Amino acid sequence: MSEDKNYLNMDLLRFTTAGSVDDGKSTLIGRLFHDTKAIFEDQLEAIEQSSKKRGDENVNLALLTDGLRAEREQGITIDVAYRYFATPKRKFIIADTPGHIQYTRNMVTGASTANLALILVDARNGVVEQTRRHSFIADLLGIKHVAVCINKMDLVGYEESAYIKVLEQFTDFASRLENVTDITFIPLSALKGDNVVDRSENMTWYKGPPLLYHLENVYVGSDFNHVDARFPVQWVIRPHSDEHHDFRGFAGRVAGGVFKTGDEITVLPSGFNSNIKQILLADQEIDEAFHPQSVTILLEDEIDVSRGDMLVKPNNQPNSSQDLDARICWFSSSKKLSKGTKLILRHTTKDAQVLVSEVRYKIDVNTLRKNEEENQLGMNDIGRISLRASQPVFWDSYRRNRNTGSFILVDPFTNETLAAGMLR
Amino acid sequence: MKNYNLTHLEQLEAEAIFVLRETAAQFERPGLLFSGGKDSIVMAHLAYKAFYPAKSPFPLVHVDTGHNFPETIQFRDQFVDKLGAQLIIGLVQDSINRGTAVEETGPNASRNALQSVTLLETIENNHLDAALGGGRRDEEKARAKERFFSHRDAFGQWDPKNQRPELWNLFNGRKAHGEHFRIFPLSNWTEMDVWQYLKKEEIELPSLYFAHQREIIERNGSLLAVSEFVSPSAKETAKKETVRFRTIGDATCTGAVLSKASNLDEVIAEVAASRITERGTRADDKRSESSMEDRKKQGYF
Repeated sequence: MSEDKNYLNMDLLRFTTAGSVDDGKSTLIGRLFHDTKAIFEDQLEAIEQSSKKRGDENVNLALLTDGLRAEREQGITIDVAYRYFATPKRKFIIADTPGHIQYTRNMVTGASTANLALILVDARNGVVEQTRRHSFIADLLGIKHVAVCINKMDLVGYEESAYIKVLEQFTDFASRLENVTDITFIPLSALKGDNVVDRSENMTWYKGPPLLYHLENVYVGSDFNHVDARFPVQWVIRPHSDEHHDFRGFAGRVAGGVFKTGDEITVLPSGFNSNIKQILLADQEIDEAFHPQSVTILLEDEIDVSRGDMLVKPNNQPNSSQDLDARICWFSSSKKLSKGTKLILRHTTKDAQVLVSEVRYKIDVNTLRKNEEENQLGMNDIGRISLRASQPVFWDSYRRNRNTGSFILVDPFTNETLAAGMLR
Repeated sequence: MKNYNLTHLEQLEAEAIFVLRETAAQFERPGLLFSGGKDSIVMAHLAYKAFYPAKSPFPLVHVDTGHNFPETIQFRDQFVDKLGAQLIIGLVQDSINRGTAVEETGPNASRNALQSVTLLETIENNHLDAALGGGRRDEEKARAKERFFSHRDAFGQWDPKNQRPELWNLFNGRKAHGEHFRIFPLSNWTEMDVWQYLKKEEIELPSLYFAHQREIIERNGSLLAVSEFVSPSAKETAKKETVRFRTIGDATCTGAVLSKASNLDEVIAEVAASRITERGTRADDKRSESSMEDRKKQGYF
């Protein structure tokens, strides 16, 4: 029964998928779920019933992912859906996003928390506009690992030439990507099950692993920044009890680097220095804390620290500036972004008012061309802008640290989230 | 360099604690929905951890249909005592008495849907601006698209087509007066994760979750416990079986499963082998394909 305790050693992989109805994404996810026992009988039964009602010939696995009534009625996926499955080795969180161009914002959202992007290519069609769009967005959001699944190999006779063609096309295009460092090409057939969970007998020329093996083993541990120590303070814990009369703990999630007991730290923005007296992981004392742990840090000296402040190391500090240069994705259908727009910036645990000082260019997500004539961004547009904040922001470039390099923009009137940004 | 890796449970815990702390920081009067079920017990445990050594800043809020298993209420009261937490109870019966909710009639009558009314009234009467729930995205497909911070308008309604995009760990809890948020720190957990975490943390659970002898009837594919609220109709016969519950809710619609799992290890083994989702035992979800979506829009948990 030693298998029962496996879960104490399992780790977690978050990946994103994007695709349209025809490229077999749902079939692939359905296959992964089915073969790892993540589809349950009652779910399957419910989908069978709906498929019949819709008049579908086969059980339509897309119905498993299309959760909202409007989506089922229109036969499209509108929103990011999060799905889960696990093997004894890893738990997987899939951010499943629609692939149409009008859903760029969903792809951006899904990619923001992912370590890996799974990109589907139809072996018959090769790399198409949508492939480039997905890859560009994955790269923009700082994803380092891409698994290119060359699907429907059964329809091209399992020929190696179809695989080579995609590999060459994609490699050529990928030279323009900034963050993606690890690309794996896997020829498969989601429908027939070739190279999804088990190695395919039909493609002996392929020496790499099947998809699930790759997902279980791809190493993402070094993707986190364990160098630049950053601790945005979320909340100050003051028990006001007799037992813990003088207790003042700074609660937060390590956003980068490692903090150890005894370390000298600087508090931003005040600039005061102190040393770490104690680190608590809930009610347990620990020696060091690293991303993505949620901990409580106690300092030797009584200095003023509150939510929105950041603890860092004196000799390794983030940038501090009121002028910010960022790439953003604009989400709103009712409002456009242009020079002079006033917004609220949410960065780590801090809010600031910002003014758009310049729209530098808009990027065509299909061709990657920059259009500098454009001075407005609308829904699903990606562009580069300059912002002026009402107070200094402590930031790292997004490439260096996803946590201290990312922000959202909020409408001060409707409170809606209007955009996501990545600092340069 | 040292290997700085966390297991999946450690990562899920760190994420949930982050969300709980954001809730405390971004809202004035957040409450934690507490049913006495395993997910809400995990939530209360995480809230203890998030604010240690201070007390959790969240009062526990129980929306009580009155159709309870006695074990649940007994467990709830002991649990609240031990934590020294404030308990707010919203009674569905009060909503019925006020005329804001109308009791269903017929053989499958349930107060489950009425809970939405009482929940919204309890939120309003206690001036809560955020309600923390143990809902998980793996439970049901309408929930798969739910946010960690889920905005509700002044009528308590959820608009699935107009949700705020949620990126990285940046949660936007800004709202207009009269609006509130539902917050789901366990969004990324699965049923299995919850059981494994309960085991890892050695958390105590109500006895209903473990195998015991009980009189049951089979109704619309669910095994319902015979109680003062559920009695066999002329066509049904009650029989004694060894069962346990995978979820604990209103006694009129929470189905049992045949099981011999009498401790956490056995439950984990059973969940791993199970071919039915835990909400598959809930009669309330079987009413129609969109029943969860419809209830959620109206303010359900």
